[in-house]
Amino acid sequence: MIQEPFAAGSSLIHRLDPRFRIVLVSAFSIVVAISNHIPALLSALAVSIVLAAMARLNLKEVLKRLRVVFWFLLLIWVVLPLTFEGNSLYRVGPFTITEPGVLLSIRITIKSTTILLALMAMILTMTIVTTGHALNLLHLPEKIVHLLLMTYRYIFVIEQEYQRLLTAIKIRGFRSDTSIHSYRTFAYLIGMLFVRASTRAQRVHHAMLCRGFRGRFYTLARFKPSVRNWVFSILMAGVTAGLIVMEINSYG
Amino acid sequence: MDKNGVIIQLEKVCFAYHGGNNVIDELDLTFHQGDRLGIIAPNGSGKTTLFHIIMGLLKPCSGKIEIFGRPVQKEKDFHSVRRRIGLLFQDADDQLFSPTVLEDVAFGPLNIGKSKEEAISISRRILDFLGLSGFEDRVTFKLSGGEKRFVSLAAVLAMEPAVLLLDEPTAGLDGHTKAKLIEVLTGLDLPYIVISHEYDFITAVTGQIYTIENGKIFLDEELHVHQHEHVHRMGKQPHKHI
Repeated sequence: MIQEPFAAGSSLIHRLDPRFRIVLVSAFSIVVAISNHIPALLSALAVSIVLAAMARLNLKEVLKRLRVVFWFLLLIWVVLPLTFEGNSLYRVGPFTITEPGVLLSIRITIKSTTILLALMAMILTMTIVTTGHALNLLHLPEKIVHLLLMTYRYIFVIEQEYQRLLTAIKIRGFRSDTSIHSYRTFAYLIGMLFVRASTRAQRVHHAMLCRGFRGRFYTLARFKPSVRNWVFSILMAGVTAGLIVMEINSYG
Repeated sequence: MDKNGVIIQLEKVCFAYHGGNNVIDELDLTFHQGDRLGIIAPNGSGKTTLFHIIMGLLKPCSGKIEIFGRPVQKEKDFHSVRRRIGLLFQDADDQLFSPTVLEDVAFGPLNIGKSKEEAISISRRILDFLGLSGFEDRVTFKLSGGEKRFVSLAAVLAMEPAVLLLDEPTAGLDGHTKAKLIEVLTGLDLPYIVISHEYDFITAVTGQIYTIENGKIFLDEELHVHQHEHVHRMGKQPHKHI
């Protein structure tokens, strides 16, 4: 189900122009993604936490979303320290935990948490239609904007159809095992889901055409130009530049 | 609109889905200003297809379509058609696109170039008219079936159309909601075409009832609508006899 628990609010970040937010958070995320210097990454994480606090995000909802990456990170922590080549830190029987492996895992953990937090604070604090409108204004190709908005709006509907199909096969006594019948049934299920999703997409598109849709999204949300936008942008750009400087200095 | 008040004119229109037989076969239809027309026909007889051809969503393989006195053929011709003919889809979920009710109803007006203020005031007026004031900030996909139907009707009416096409508007509605829909439709000052499987409903909201057979549409005067008084258990619950 689409829920936009962060979109309603009146914090400083909620009131910023969505275009500024998208540009700033994109620049920040790219810098974080390509940085390697751990103190720089830790500072970035601190910045993200400050942003989340400024947006007054609900801690419980934030943790719920971070949990999704947590499983991915767990996998990395299990695999990378054992498989990466380099100085060994610790040896258990045939397994060797390497220093570069551990460092890499730390970096990935900080980076993903930082970027996710920043996106939650800056992007999820606007409604999806506002995001689409802002992306239009930033001259992003219309196809990408549509892909983003439609996926977001209808992923839940498709999930519902999946559940319905699943119920339909369950009530007829289907039990999943490793037989060829089982695999074939799942293949049909997935095939059916694609077919249904595509006809659904066509109907939605038709309904939009009937209401005069010509490829652009409009939002009812109002964002007045204000000094606040610029002050925040300069600060945020300064922080991002600071991270770049830290990273470059670390190369000595 | 031409002199005789003809809004929609189809002449020998054919349509077939990929590799199939003609669903619509040399169909002629003339729809006038002030007409209120019902269509009852079996599943798969091409009722929805007919609506989609009128809106330009499906392209007929042959035939002539004139709407408001002007021939329409290309996608561009249909842009103005879609502004003036409002189509209510069978499944409200296809139509409700935005997260909140107000945004969804304002989607059409904004698309046709209304300002934010105009779009909001039109939307509020229509919601109010349909008895949905207070629904503005409700989340569209959390509405009940009946509420969804009325919100999608509001979304169509917000385009301020000159004609309505209603595709099974009563599907999945209980008796009370249906009665409300009848009240709204008969109170509108608009010509419309209604597709429905329900005789009671269609006779309540339209004057003439047509049927589609072998891809052609014709006035079926042999249909006799009749009522019985009858008693049985659970008779108080809204139900159908088929």
